[in-house]
Amino acid sequence: MIVEASLVKRQRKTNLPHYILRASGLLYIGLMILIPLLVIFQDGLRQGFSELIRQVNLPIARHAIFLTLWTSALMTVINAAMGLATAYTLVRFDFPGKRLLNAVIDLPLSIPTLVTGVMLVMLYGPQEAIGRFLLEKLNLQIIFASPGIVLSLLFISFPFVVRNIQPVLQDLDQTQERAAATLGANSWMIFRKVILPALVPPMLSGALLSFSRAVGEFGAVVIVAGNIPLKTQTGAVYVLGAVESENRLGASAVSLVLIGLAFLVLAAANLVHKRWGAHK
Amino acid sequence: MNRAEKGPGKWVIISLVIIYTGILILGPIAALILGAFDQGLMPVLRTLGSNAFLEALWLSLKIALLVVGVQSVLGTVVAWIIVRHNFWGKAFLKSLIDVPFAMSPVVVGYMLLLIFGRNGFLSPMIEDLGIKVAFAPPGIFLATLFVSLPFMIKEMIPVIENLDRSQEYAAETLGAGGWTIFQRVIFPQLRTAMIYGMTLTFARALGEFGAVLVIGGGIQGRTETATMYIFRSLDERYFVEAYSAAILLGSFSVVIVLIADEVKRREERRKSREEVEERI
Repeated sequence: MIVEASLVKRQRKTNLPHYILRASGLLYIGLMILIPLLVIFQDGLRQGFSELIRQVNLPIARHAIFLTLWTSALMTVINAAMGLATAYTLVRFDFPGKRLLNAVIDLPLSIPTLVTGVMLVMLYGPQEAIGRFLLEKLNLQIIFASPGIVLSLLFISFPFVVRNIQPVLQDLDQTQERAAATLGANSWMIFRKVILPALVPPMLSGALLSFSRAVGEFGAVVIVAGNIPLKTQTGAVYVLGAVESENRLGASAVSLVLIGLAFLVLAAANLVHKRWGAHK
Repeated sequence: MNRAEKGPGKWVIISLVIIYTGILILGPIAALILGAFDQGLMPVLRTLGSNAFLEALWLSLKIALLVVGVQSVLGTVVAWIIVRHNFWGKAFLKSLIDVPFAMSPVVVGYMLLLIFGRNGFLSPMIEDLGIKVAFAPPGIFLATLFVSLPFMIKEMIPVIENLDRSQEYAAETLGAGGWTIFQRVIFPQLRTAMIYGMTLTFARALGEFGAVLVIGGGIQGRTETATMYIFRSLDERYFVEAYSAAILLGSFSVVIVLIADEVKRREERRKSREEVEERI
């Protein structure tokens, strides 16, 4: 206690190195993150809010944003469900190959997203065996179509939900489950009434996190989806096209929409985490 | 302890998860490996030894190493002031750090273009100094710095939070100055986390594509990084080149992250062993 008190006192005694440290940290974040953000907000709103709305409402831009939204949303739902199943499998079941499965889940974090796109084209591309089979026999086009976008988003965001749920499930107190079993509940009822309520917050925050990642995804999507306006062009790819054709108004407007969406969802994820994630 | 569950439901869930992971992650990885070595080892080696690829890889490595250097110093400083200092706006600073996670890489590149590109708001100043940022390596460096900013900080915050302060106090009582305390007491406890954070930063920097494409322009021999080499090869339908480079980049990133994981795990095991010994 005495140690703690004197440390607190020492902290209040501010000195020069202390200030230099703080100033360099603040300056770094300020220059690197705050200024670019302010610049793009200023540029997007340069011609007023109505011009921003008009740019976003142009058919090609609107289609790109809408495509980004629904593919990300579909990915989020699948990712939430399969992330829950995967985390449950890893924590509660024993089976051969469990360690390998656990290692595979982290791979998408270290594989560059561009390489992910190349991989998917090599598996499902129209010239490849599997891609040709799906296209000819099932009439299912994956590459240069929306299923490819959803697949690449699923690939890159697979770890988010799993790794969010895993620690919570690991620390879950099992006496409640045993009590429920003693009272005659079957395993499905126990899962739904006892386990699932505890896992919903980490699942939700993980799913939202993956959505905010997906909205801006570029490397994998540009390879898999191609760049066909009004068909497979997502928001991020639209921005690239607008930059290349010097359409500064369009680039800034759609950039702002992507930033706004990602921030909103990220804030929601943090809120879920803070509000329900802290208790065990 | 988690009890391992039994019953028919168990194997249904396990198979579902394994099939999902197999199709989603292992399938594409296998397709890349099989496709790249389709015509044997020689074409792959020829690509990896070609001047164009080596130049691109060398640029990527230089940028990534520089980014890791900056991030390991300034990232630690930022993590330090977030944990140990109290100042106005700290919550805001913390939320800024999450921004690069949610930001589309294309938008990152575009923001830098708005600052440093033609008619950019800092361009006159930069031009007077005779420095070229847009479509030049400094721009690639800044873009990579932006996207990899959170990794080091996020890795260091929990480690700094868990530092044992009584050791610092003891060192101070014995007459050690601020720098000596850092060097002898604090740094040894941060080292493993720093190595881990540096590895994640390095892998992220090496794989960055969208941001460096927009700000760098992918000019062959000048601003072409390894990921841009892959993109250009695909575009020009040099598939063997694209696949070979993708396999090298992907496996390199995965291997360094696996090594870092192992280092971290060993350190954690050592720590928990020490704790047990202390208790005895």
